[in-house]
Amino acid sequence: MKQLYQELILDHNKKPRNFHVMEDFDHESLGHNPLCGDKLVVYIKIGEGDTIEDVSFVGEGCAISKASASMMTTALKGKTIQEAKVIYTQFHEMSTGKLDIAEHPHQLGKLAIFAGVRDLPARVKCATLAWHTLDAALEGRKSITTE
Amino acid sequence: MLIKEQFSTFDVDKIRDDFPILSRRINDKPLVYVDNAASTQMPKPVIDAFSDYHSRYHANVHRGVHTLSQEATDAFEKVRTLVKSFIGAGDENEIIYTSGATDSINLVAQSYGRAFLNEGDEILVSNMEHHANIVPWDMLAKEKGLKIVVIPITDEGELDMNAYESLISEKTRIVAINHVSNALGTINPIKEITRIAHQHNAVVMVDGAQAVSHMEVNVVDLDCDFYAFSAHKMLGPTGVGVLYGKRELLDKMPPYRGGGDMILSVSFNTGVTFNQVPHKFEAGTPGIAGVIMLGEAIKYINTIGRDSIAAYENELLEYATLQALKIDGLRVIGTAKKKASVLSFVLDGVHPHDIGTVLDFHGVAIRSGHHCAQPVMERFQIPATSRASFAFYNTKEEVDIFINALKEVLEVFR
Repeated sequence: MKQLYQELILDHNKKPRNFHVMEDFDHESLGHNPLCGDKLVVYIKIGEGDTIEDVSFVGEGCAISKASASMMTTALKGKTIQEAKVIYTQFHEMSTGKLDIAEHPHQLGKLAIFAGVRDLPARVKCATLAWHTLDAALEGRKSITTE
Repeated sequence: MLIKEQFSTFDVDKIRDDFPILSRRINDKPLVYVDNAASTQMPKPVIDAFSDYHSRYHANVHRGVHTLSQEATDAFEKVRTLVKSFIGAGDENEIIYTSGATDSINLVAQSYGRAFLNEGDEILVSNMEHHANIVPWDMLAKEKGLKIVVIPITDEGELDMNAYESLISEKTRIVAINHVSNALGTINPIKEITRIAHQHNAVVMVDGAQAVSHMEVNVVDLDCDFYAFSAHKMLGPTGVGVLYGKRELLDKMPPYRGGGDMILSVSFNTGVTFNQVPHKFEAGTPGIAGVIMLGEAIKYINTIGRDSIAAYENELLEYATLQALKIDGLRVIGTAKKKASVLSFVLDGVHPHDIGTVLDFHGVAIRSGHHCAQPVMERFQIPATSRASFAFYNTKEEVDIFINALKEVLEVFR
């Protein structure tokens, strides 16, 4: 448990970063996990050279989903869309146990803290909800549902 | 002191020895299983019945003239008599085996509902129903142009009886209500609900899944028209359930599914003749082992006695509720005067799923989520609750472990 609920995750849960509505966004999407009722909206503003100039979120969820969303925003700000997509894929593969971050090089940085959810299958969707929502926003889909 | 004395009259240690799973360790801690409203655990005689049937007398029922088939049929049909007495029905032909409470309710919706309800008719459904007693009616309503009318519940989670009396009318054909709410623990006044429904010639479908193993149930006294429950919430296996229906209703209802065993004769020349109740509703080879295990579960419950079970579980619930309310920021959802052993709650600032995960690390199994009762969550304007639900094999010490684990949750998250 201590492995998953580490200080960093608890801190982002308590004080989520970039936790606000964005007025001037280029993309937004609503993510919904009907199983637990978690809902969040991700906003993205695209800057020069296809970089993510700003990214924010609002919503309700458990500590895992909220911290994951918060840390996603801090990790992706300033990255190009291409870089963000690579990190999205790696995060998803790490959470579902397809990518062993101890064995393979990755660009996850602090996000590696979520590796523990792969041992809690019921919680994987909590960790990945914000990421699926981000991906949907970039793809121009207005909402996604995880099941 | 009073609580301690009453606890001591119930030999829970001896009972626990009958449940092999209770000696398991989870995350290096003793398992504290308080998710009984989702599914109960099995005592040894129930588990052994599975092996015994398959080792000694496995065969299809109602089909062969050989010894094994006869033995299997006898065991299978004997359980019908046990079920009849268990719920106080008058006739074993009123006991239909199904795959579970959900299947039982779908049977009523698809058979009774499709045959006897017409456009404009109304179905009253309480706001505290499990999805199993909502969705089959909703599907039927869409198909036949019926209206679903919701009976509201109070802030305490009790059925609003005044609203019920004003909503029911000559248009009402079915009242769908649970005996005990799985999300709130509320025990509903079925006898009174039925009395009012019958004044308007409506039939009452009772979802008894959360009631039968926790309290005495007598369908004749309740005067309900249909009563559904599942074996796996009363020490039995998954995949088996029961529908009780009044004989005069069952007799006039058309079959729900076609196949073997539910017919008297099939001919391409003269057509199909249906069997009598209960077989009319039991197409195909049933879950024979599961039914036999259900029989053992009933015998086990009868040995302990549902009055003793109810008294002991009430003590557990009362103790757990008192301890839980001492926790800062904890709010109990469902505070009806009459409750079964369900403690649903929310904790300020902590999501139910985080509570569930932290508790699991302490070996404590609770349920987090909407409990397949989303309209209840809507009513209380919460996304989900955490729910501890107790059975007679739980102990006061386990409640303490659960409460201490909850305190640990607060230490982690606040």
